[in-house]
Amino acid sequence: MTLQILVYIFVIGAGLGLAVPYGRFMARVFGGERNLLTPVIRPVERWVYKVCGIDENTEMTLKTYILTLLVFELLGAILVFAVMMLQGVLPLNPQEHPALRWDRALNLAVSFVTNSNYQPYVGERELTYMSYMLGVLVQDIISPSVGLAVIVTMARCFSRGSSPTIGNFWVDLIRGMLYIWVPLTLLLVFPLISQGVIQNMNAYVVAHPLEGGEQLIPGGPAGIITAFKLLAEDGNAWSGVSAAHPFETPTGLSLYLHMGYILFVPAAITFMVGWLTKNRKITVALFSTMLLLFALSMPLPFLGEFGGNPLLQQLGVQGGVSMEGKEVRFTLFEHVVFLVTAMAPANGSTLAQLSSVMPLSILQVIFNLGIGAPIFGCIGTGSLTMIHYFIVSMFLAGLMTGRTPELIGKKLDLREVVLACTSFLMSSFTALGFSAIALSTPAGLAAMSNTGPRGLTEVVYVFISTSINNGSFMAGLDVTQPFYNLATILPMLGGRFSTLIVGLLIGGSIARKGKIPISAASLPVASPLFIIFVIFVIIILSGLSFFPVLTLGPILEQLMMQAGITF
Amino acid sequence: MKTILKAVKITVILLLLVSAYQVASTYFVTAVAQITMPDKANGSLLYVDGQLVGSELIGQSFTSPGYFHGRPSAKDYEGHESAGSNLGPTSAKLMEQVSQRVEQVRRENGLAADAPVPADLVLASASGLDPHISVKSAMLQVPRVANTRGLPEAVVRSLVNGHIEPPQFGILGAEKVNVLKLNLALDKLTRGN
Repeated sequence: MTLQILVYIFVIGAGLGLAVPYGRFMARVFGGERNLLTPVIRPVERWVYKVCGIDENTEMTLKTYILTLLVFELLGAILVFAVMMLQGVLPLNPQEHPALRWDRALNLAVSFVTNSNYQPYVGERELTYMSYMLGVLVQDIISPSVGLAVIVTMARCFSRGSSPTIGNFWVDLIRGMLYIWVPLTLLLVFPLISQGVIQNMNAYVVAHPLEGGEQLIPGGPAGIITAFKLLAEDGNAWSGVSAAHPFETPTGLSLYLHMGYILFVPAAITFMVGWLTKNRKITVALFSTMLLLFALSMPLPFLGEFGGNPLLQQLGVQGGVSMEGKEVRFTLFEHVVFLVTAMAPANGSTLAQLSSVMPLSILQVIFNLGIGAPIFGCIGTGSLTMIHYFIVSMFLAGLMTGRTPELIGKKLDLREVVLACTSFLMSSFTALGFSAIALSTPAGLAAMSNTGPRGLTEVVYVFISTSINNGSFMAGLDVTQPFYNLATILPMLGGRFSTLIVGLLIGGSIARKGKIPISAASLPVASPLFIIFVIFVIIILSGLSFFPVLTLGPILEQLMMQAGITF
Repeated sequence: MKTILKAVKITVILLLLVSAYQVASTYFVTAVAQITMPDKANGSLLYVDGQLVGSELIGQSFTSPGYFHGRPSAKDYEGHESAGSNLGPTSAKLMEQVSQRVEQVRRENGLAADAPVPADLVLASASGLDPHISVKSAMLQVPRVANTRGLPEAVVRSLVNGHIEPPQFGILGAEKVNVLKLNLALDKLTRGN
């Protein structure tokens, strides 16, 4: 295990290390400067502007930017919905999958567009190749680009002096797709396939197992979907069990590639923000807060999984190792670090099945999601959420020390602070509100297969996960039912748009202000004191809203398990 | 209103372009993969005498005593329905299942009534398709398989030893045995006799 710890640290270090130059590259792309890919991609970019009728030199006002974004997201959702409803008659359907039920199709449309990629279905059993391409993959490139556009806009608003406009949505969006996602995914998909991740468009083949009968071996473009799932934090898996499927993580190397890919772009974004705002301190603050929280997420899952399950030990299972919902080709250590690596940044791909992991592991995961997943986080929204926390912390710290709250050279007023609070209170509100509805209606309760504390945890989990657009769920809860398909729609919309629109509103409000010179009265954002202060603000403002649920869920479960009680 | 109409127009064109790109790129990646690494891209399929017997990466259900058994699967190794059991660590149902499986493993392999059983052999996998078992789980089954097939234990044991897959590059992943490949080798050995 010592060796694997070193390898893990090396892989994460490489992912984060490469993020430094990549963040510089991203800043050049979004700043419209000449970069490495300009000779190849700039002509394509110009052609796209021409075909679409976009004038890249005009900027939009806040209102136009938001309206345009909403129109774009709405039509995008309609496209996904239409494809899912029509997949039965569209081509590329060798398995003759029928159309999805309307509530499922509607749920997926919202899920993909909001970058939640909540997938209450078994992909390989229900989606056609056409749906994978026009439903899954189209939003796989679009939704992270929208998140990227918003964080770029916010950085731009902080960096400039007073301005009536905030940028051009189309330009931000198209640059993200062309310069970031297209090259990254095309380059990094092949190492995955070389490990055995499938990439074909064949009909499923019938194998003849040694003991007779038949076994369907599925096909599909899993390679490219997995590349997007990891790099663009879509979490949108080809299969129903995500990274646990041997066709998604066939080998040890493929798993470490997964972990390196997952952290790469979200970390690069923190560097990009620094370059775009010409303020390295904000990068230091964002990056170190995230890294610290990431490291702090490790101990509990380790304790939980390595502690074993006394109930299993009693039954004669060697060491009481909780192998339920885990795979033999990976060590327990790898299961734990993958859980933290994929769930801290809200990627949402899972290796160990969440419904079967130990109580302490799920406790940590729920905490990380409940605070809005600002630990590297989804593309754009992770850094946005962290900046929202910075704004509130700056304000609180300013009150305590009697200094003017300011961030990246702009003064913060009540408006920004209220907006930032709205963003994360909104997701706590939808998460807990909808959990309460589900727990008090027969339809909500009927879907539970695990009872006791785990049953409660599973219901709350699905609403937390959708509220912050993570999209993973604990499959012990039968979320395929219409109740959950419909009840998770509002949390997904609320979570996504409260973060993005609030981000833009703060941007618009910041854009109107002039730069203020840094003086002795400004609080240093990159100091250890401030970073620790931010962590406390996160725990107090968001973490504590989930404390009652954590007590009745994972904490109670841990105690029951130790006491030998089953449900 | 003008803003919205303009946005609608651009969105429609852009969605068409993105759709076209994703279709084209999926086919492009598929084509490159099919040319350069067709075996991997098609699911690492295993053929015996021209007949498709399964995939190296997808487990199969084995229940007869003459074969090495794989892990329990929530969906009984349905190839196109990956799923775990999703039973929690305090689930009474899980404990009941495990207790039955532990008894069964002990009975089938002639173990003592209180002998500990390797976790992977009695707990279901995450994918429901796990193609591997631990070395311990394989070794535990050697006497049974050898007896049933009328082979010397040492021969079967050395076959298992030959099928131990070390971690990739010596460090990544776990040490394991591929059940389908082991059973294929076993069949070949028996037929050879």
